[in-house]
Amino acid sequence: MAAADELAFHEFEEATNLLAQTPNEATPRGDQLVPQQHVAVAVDSGGSYGAEDEVEESDKTALLQEEKQQPGFWTFSYYQSFFDVDTSQVLDRIKGSLLPRPGHNFVRHHLRNRPDLYGPFWICATLAFVLAVTGNLTLVLAQRRDPSIHYSPQFHKVTVAGTAIYCYAWLVPLALWGFLQWRKGVRERMGPYTFLETVCVYGYSLFVFLPTVVLWLIPVPWLQWLSGALALALSAAGLVFTLWPVVREDTRLAAVLLLSVVVLLHALLATGCKFYFFQPLPLEPAAPPHQATSQPPTVLLSPPPPRSAAA
Amino acid sequence: MAEAAESPGDPGTATPRPLMRDLKAVGKKFMHVLYPRKSNTLLRDWDLWGPLILCVTLALMLQRGSVDSEKDGGPQFAEVFVIVWFGAVTITLNSKLLGGNISFFQSLCVLGYCILPLTVAMLVCRLVLLAEPGPINFMVRLFVVIVMFAWSIVASTAFLADSQPPNRKALAVYPVFLFYFVISWMILTFTPQ
Repeated sequence: MAAADELAFHEFEEATNLLAQTPNEATPRGDQLVPQQHVAVAVDSGGSYGAEDEVEESDKTALLQEEKQQPGFWTFSYYQSFFDVDTSQVLDRIKGSLLPRPGHNFVRHHLRNRPDLYGPFWICATLAFVLAVTGNLTLVLAQRRDPSIHYSPQFHKVTVAGTAIYCYAWLVPLALWGFLQWRKGVRERMGPYTFLETVCVYGYSLFVFLPTVVLWLIPVPWLQWLSGALALALSAAGLVFTLWPVVREDTRLAAVLLLSVVVLLHALLATGCKFYFFQPLPLEPAAPPHQATSQPPTVLLSPPPPRSAAA
Repeated sequence: MAEAAESPGDPGTATPRPLMRDLKAVGKKFMHVLYPRKSNTLLRDWDLWGPLILCVTLALMLQRGSVDSEKDGGPQFAEVFVIVWFGAVTITLNSKLLGGNISFFQSLCVLGYCILPLTVAMLVCRLVLLAEPGPINFMVRLFVVIVMFAWSIVASTAFLADSQPPNRKALAVYPVFLFYFVISWMILTFTPQ
């Protein structure tokens, strides 16, 4: 069984890579990609080696857990283990989420069984504030085009943005994780992701919306839709490529249903944010400037619909 | 001075701390924020009076009259308070979770004191807003807020960055940047009645 020996050799290398866990090894990890890919190809082509792989995976995770000695959830060091990342690792994970590739699973390739909470938490916070700020800036731009629109800081939108983003980035992974756990029995080869890994995938996948939201400031409609579609495609592709190895073994219906629900929810978030936070630009100036300044700006209770609708 | 501050509960020494000494300590820390040097004064003798004074001042100045509708306006007093204190606590927790060796209250003290440049910016903006509205008015306010924002970041980073392990400094400093950015945004978008 020379092929099994070959597999065993590569598994040993992968185990030592995981146990090493030294911080600044961004470039060496690139070299160690090659044996991993060989393992993946070998396992995929030979279905009979699946059970062996599962046993070795669980042995590895048992070894890692012994190493870690999980403290209780009431201690500070328990939560500290979720922030055990360096700047270079966070940047690497962000780059991985920006450029999803079909073979590369975000969880296995970038997280490497060490999910962190830093990325999801601060990416969501940044996205919430950037949404509120850029949304307010579109109101400024709209007011300059049509002076009868009343400018206000709209500070309540920060609360709305924060609640929406955090609920999406934490409740949807919870539901997804629950669903995958429920379907665990069907799967043989690959265990489901832990809750934190799912949260991590979702959190990092939201990063691509940050530059998109800033681009939405440019009041050119086709550019806005194009950049939105591009961001949604990249983000959803990252999610789908990560989830595909897990749902692949499930029934075809369940897999397709799950992936389409995931993509749909993502699309709903993007379009909902676009419509709620961003003030559409009025098509043309409502009145010549000297007439507008003679009228005092009216204090309105809510942002008025754009003038172009009435025109 | 420091040892008396550390043992307030000692029944033998029943002398109350003189107010002038505390005010002088707060004033000295203000100076350290305005001219950031590599000194340990903010960290060693931390206190939270300065941050409280600054936060209340900022929240009072950001408050609008109740004539305006609640829905669309700027932040209310309680909102500013919550953002400043909740934000500072979150950043402190973040830096401790990343492995920083700064104590909880020291970090709150530094973050609170470094709001001083932005409070000065708020004062200047309110004065500038008394003048004629227009693009020049806005540009002046924008310039002042940007300069004070940079000053706050530089001051707080000078104190906080040393307490982080070297390969995580950027991770600990980024939330500070976000925090002062949000406060600067609140100051810049302040429009009076």
